Amino acid sequence: MPKDSNGLTLDGQGKPLWLSLEITYRCPLKCSWCNNPLDFDDYAARELSTDEWKRVLREARELGALQLGFTGGEPLQRPDLEELVAYANALGFYTNLITSGIGLTEARLVALKAAGLKQIQLSLQATEAAVTDALVGATAHERKLDAARRIKAHGFPMVLNMPVFRQNIGMTDAMIAWAAELGIEYIEFANIQYYNWALMNRDELMPTLEQVREAEQVVQRWRDTLGKKMTIYFVIPDYYEGRPKACMNGWGAIHLTIAPDGVAMPCQEARVIPGLEFESVRDKPLAWLWHESPLFRKYRGLDWLPEPCVSCDEKEKDFGGCRCQAFLLTGDAGNTDPACGRSPHHARVREATDTAARPLRFRKPLFKRAAGTVTTAFLED
Amino acid sequence: MTITSTATDRRPQLSPHFMFRWEASQDAYILLYPEGLIKLNPSAGEILKRCDGEHTVAELIADLQDAFPGPADDIDQGVRAFLDVATDKGWLHA
Repeated sequence: MPKDSNGLTLDGQGKPLWLSLEITYRCPLKCSWCNNPLDFDDYAARELSTDEWKRVLREARELGALQLGFTGGEPLQRPDLEELVAYANALGFYTNLITSGIGLTEARLVALKAAGLKQIQLSLQATEAAVTDALVGATAHERKLDAARRIKAHGFPMVLNMPVFRQNIGMTDAMIAWAAELGIEYIEFANIQYYNWALMNRDELMPTLEQVREAEQVVQRWRDTLGKKMTIYFVIPDYYEGRPKACMNGWGAIHLTIAPDGVAMPCQEARVIPGLEFESVRDKPLAWLWHESPLFRKYRGLDWLPEPCVSCDEKEKDFGGCRCQAFLLTGDAGNTDPACGRSPHHARVREATDTAARPLRFRKPLFKRAAGTVTTAFLED
Repeated sequence: MTITSTATDRRPQLSPHFMFRWEASQDAYILLYPEGLIKLNPSAGEILKRCDGEHTVAELIADLQDAFPGPADDIDQGVRAFLDVATDKGWLHA
């Protein structure tokens, strides 16, 4: 019988295999590249209750969801996190926690372990305290390092996630050295994507192509040195790649995100696209939202694709790229992602990368993520 | 086909942090692990099910030869090939 012994597939068959629960947008940090909405503060009063989240978990499991990320905001801000992890674990999810590490006390780690949490993704922005603290707008560095050591001590597999931008890309080498010493087996260099807060700060955050290439070489040297001891994930940002990313593996293909207020979305950024109807699990069954709602059907599959995607031989590889980026840079979410070199709007991306490369620039301070930083009230008067 | 001399005595076991189980919604065995999931084909599922850290490679091959029809040599080679791949990918350790 064992013939095709490694015939493996990852085909969602229409099921939302990956579930992300943004259980809160509350967070003690003020990161200037945060992907939460600019009006994150308005969601606090509308967060789903513990029982409502449990219902979401049950319904998602019935739809075939398997991988589960608890994210935010900072998910540790919810005192019921452990209860939700235990519930999800009993339902058969593989439970992941995506955290800044702030609030990850010994007591909570013990409780999360007991609840069956499988994996922790911890963010760290720099190898020097002054840099981390300035970037996240809080005294966080030492607490993050403590969290990293404790996560390891409790035997959790850990992904160390470093969001990468101009201010810290030069620390790639030091970060890997530190992680190797701690015995971290997986490090992800996440070249930030430009939505919401990051988009507002894009000119200041975007690294130059030269910096990206240099970091890539550093990563390659470490891969050669460390071999199988550490997996180092590093992907060239799509602004420089010339090819669009296969965003979310396609709209409504395998990813399902639930916002703090219960709104079901194909990705965490989707609410930036105007004209789409966003509905909550408070009002509709999750099965309907996933399978039938106009939102999830809007860009699902390949039938909606515009030119030049329709006649492109890579359409089944990238599905036309990211809908949110298409909207943010071209004004129409139904356009080809302008990160694609074949997009008629590719110049918008080139403008941004040209700005990043300009040598003598007036440096603006970064906008910190904080309530009331941005208001659209003047438009409504 | 290269088979190392120690291969037969190995007692393969799922690596820590990997979760292996039957998933009704996929009608298949699956592997769940940090940042990923894999749907296993029936053969891979039957082999991994037997990798409990107690049985040797020789024992689990014999068990599969009893349980499934087909030439014993094919099963022997298929199992070894799969175990090599699964070990290389980090799913199993000896």
